[in-house]
Amino acid sequence: MNDQLNHMASQVTAGKMTRREFMGKAAALGVSAAVASTMFADAARAAGPKKGGDLKLGLQGGESTNSLDPATYASSVPFQNGKQFGDQLVEVAPDGSIEPRLAESVEGSADAKVWTFKLRQGVEFHNGKTMTSEDVLKTMQRHSNEDSKSGALGIMRGIESMKADGEYFHVTLNEPNADLPYLMADYHLIIQPDGGMDNPGAGIGTGPYKLEADEPGVRHLFSKFENHWNGDFGHFDSVEVVVINDATARTAALQSGQVHAINRVEPKIADLLGRAPNLTVHSTSGRGHYVFIMHCDTAPFDNNDLRMALKYAINREEMVEKILRGYGSIGNDMPINAAYPLFDDTIPQREFSIEKAAEYYKKSGHDGSPIILRVADGAFPGAVDAAALFQQTAQQAGIPLEIKREPNDGYWSEVWNVQPFCASYWGGRPVQDQMYSTAYLSTADWNDTRFKVKEFDDMLFAARAELDPAKRKEIYSKMGRMLRDQGGLICPMFNDFIEGVSNQLAGWESDSTQEMMNGNMSRKMWFA
Amino acid sequence: MHPIIKLVSQRLALGILLLFGASALIFGLTEALPGDAAQAVLGQSATPEALANLREEMGLNRPALTRYFEWLTGIVQGDMGTSLTNKLDIAESVGNRLGNTLFLAFWAALISVPLAIFLGLVAVRYRNRWPDKLISAVTLTTISIPEFLIGYVLVYFIAVKLGWFSPLAMINDSMSLGQKLSAIALPVVVLTMVVLAHMMRMTRAAILNVMQSAYVETAELKGLNNFKIIWRHAFPNAIAPIVNVVMLNLAYLVVGVVVVEVVFIYPGMGQYLVDHVTKRDVPVVLACGVIFAAIYIGLNMVADIVSILANPRLRHPK
Repeated sequence: MNDQLNHMASQVTAGKMTRREFMGKAAALGVSAAVASTMFADAARAAGPKKGGDLKLGLQGGESTNSLDPATYASSVPFQNGKQFGDQLVEVAPDGSIEPRLAESVEGSADAKVWTFKLRQGVEFHNGKTMTSEDVLKTMQRHSNEDSKSGALGIMRGIESMKADGEYFHVTLNEPNADLPYLMADYHLIIQPDGGMDNPGAGIGTGPYKLEADEPGVRHLFSKFENHWNGDFGHFDSVEVVVINDATARTAALQSGQVHAINRVEPKIADLLGRAPNLTVHSTSGRGHYVFIMHCDTAPFDNNDLRMALKYAINREEMVEKILRGYGSIGNDMPINAAYPLFDDTIPQREFSIEKAAEYYKKSGHDGSPIILRVADGAFPGAVDAAALFQQTAQQAGIPLEIKREPNDGYWSEVWNVQPFCASYWGGRPVQDQMYSTAYLSTADWNDTRFKVKEFDDMLFAARAELDPAKRKEIYSKMGRMLRDQGGLICPMFNDFIEGVSNQLAGWESDSTQEMMNGNMSRKMWFA
Repeated sequence: MHPIIKLVSQRLALGILLLFGASALIFGLTEALPGDAAQAVLGQSATPEALANLREEMGLNRPALTRYFEWLTGIVQGDMGTSLTNKLDIAESVGNRLGNTLFLAFWAALISVPLAIFLGLVAVRYRNRWPDKLISAVTLTTISIPEFLIGYVLVYFIAVKLGWFSPLAMINDSMSLGQKLSAIALPVVVLTMVVLAHMMRMTRAAILNVMQSAYVETAELKGLNNFKIIWRHAFPNAIAPIVNVVMLNLAYLVVGVVVVEVVFIYPGMGQYLVDHVTKRDVPVVLACGVIFAAIYIGLNMVADIVSILANPRLRHPK
């Protein structure tokens, strides 16, 4: 039987047998559908990418208010749209290295202050124009000038000056930063003709698919752009991003074959869904984490003993098991995990301990008044339940934790970064430097734990200017330990990206940068 | 002037006044919500500079009253303006969505209204016997189950298990009428189930009420058959309350189906409005609110006029 199966698999690899024929014959040999399906996928992968077909992605995270202007991207659907029609200068590869896109190569000066991007020549925009270094410059200006409302504004702040120079684009920084290429891989920084100054929402870029229909909150249709600079990207004739915010509807659409892939599979149904024969559930560990954050400068959280008491009073294993249903990993009160480059895995894991929590609580001398934790459903999926679990374990340690439910509406403007203790989430960043500078630097806008320690800031700057990875790793390790023992962050868990993908598709790659293969499914996958 | 024309013009004037009231109320309430469009768009990633720049661009720095009257001047001239969040022309986007909503409501009404009235008549004809009890039991059950649950159950069995229809009721201009009808089959069934009971019960009650009267007894004594009595003599006299209920349900089919839209991913007005309320996109919320209010007021006006026309005593007031 094995010989026969192998023969059939080689037929598939040679392109002589379709999926339907393969499944039918495999069933006749008594092979279960799930096994046959995996075998077919392997054989088809060996055959290499096939061109053609219409890909449909069913995604949560789109609204009728979405714009195609990359500066405004803040949710899943706009993020995916940008990846269809646009390219950045560079991209973060699945292995965490920097992959060239519109820049052929990147070079930094010895002090990591001046960076030079050599631009790919002859790249065509969807409107027929050829990309120049001027377009790159204007794009970067639009995301960083004083009128900017870009989501990338924060990461562009360290730039002192920029210059377009023939086929080169130069960036000079205020302070050295060895991670600049990672900042330029940000998904907002899509190169647009004239930098999108005249018409930012036109949806014109250099990507492998060009915009056909834009119906915000409903669907976005893209068709193959024949003149894309890289023929290995984009195997489909068209890509349709369908907005399906309702989790049940999304699952039903995948099961019935109306879409080929969905994001945000609910952890509680992931196991069940994975049993369906025609699809695979992929779980990718990422850098996103669910957190409870305390303001280190506001009573009673200005007392590190109380912060430690709360950190010890949370049962991380139980949270991963009950809130994430096992689709995630436990946190260590720092925003960094093994998905980051230069992560130090020798930092001891904080354990759940009622005794230590009680001890620290006593030491803190807290007057026993209720400690209010603000939470809303929208803070992260399962936030209210997680807070309830936290409350129970805290009570065992004698800590009077009280939960205050807040409405989802306005949570990010009225509660997060305003109230001293609340639930929140972080999507993670490609490198440690960016995560720390975004939320733990004294002067960061989003320093949502009000963690202001000069020693920590100094280490961050030192690591930035350090080009030797071993030394950087050491500094980052110290910073992680410091945050873990002194910070206002309680990080119980890192969540996985859970995605459902039809077995008709081949070429899946795990990518922890962002969900759905970092938005690269339409570039790298194909119909088997 | 003919009393009917006078009545209609009075009602119309009142309706327009009501619309202004509604728009002011909607504007005030959206303003009272915490946060503004700039804050909502930037969400967790808002920096103070980006916020200030976006507020400036959206014109949110000007006083609320100025913005309201600007909007009012625009709408009176037929200009709904552009959306704050994605800069698209509101008239065009709303037009598409409203078209979809009316399309769904039309087919749902086309099936549910005649069906409800017919079932009501049958229930009267077989009053207190098994057909009456069966009809009441089934329709009351379907109205009591939340519509999203009926929706999910239908999706699971009919779309996922049997594969007869798509679970996504997404329609767009490139589809033929047949494809569109196939796409909206499931939501139409759900909506029909939801609105059936109300209209059916009202038809039954109104006709039963008339059936007690002397002229129906006379008709019976004349030897007319039962169904003919109901149809020719009882139904016309019971039409006013029925039309009222039918209009209420039609209004519901247009303005109240956001849950069904979410379950079936139907690109209608409901979801569109909810998205823009979440993002505090005031001009769009106002436009949608005024359209919904106009539909409600219009349908109620139709109900009033029909009941007057159907009643000779009201038609020829002394």
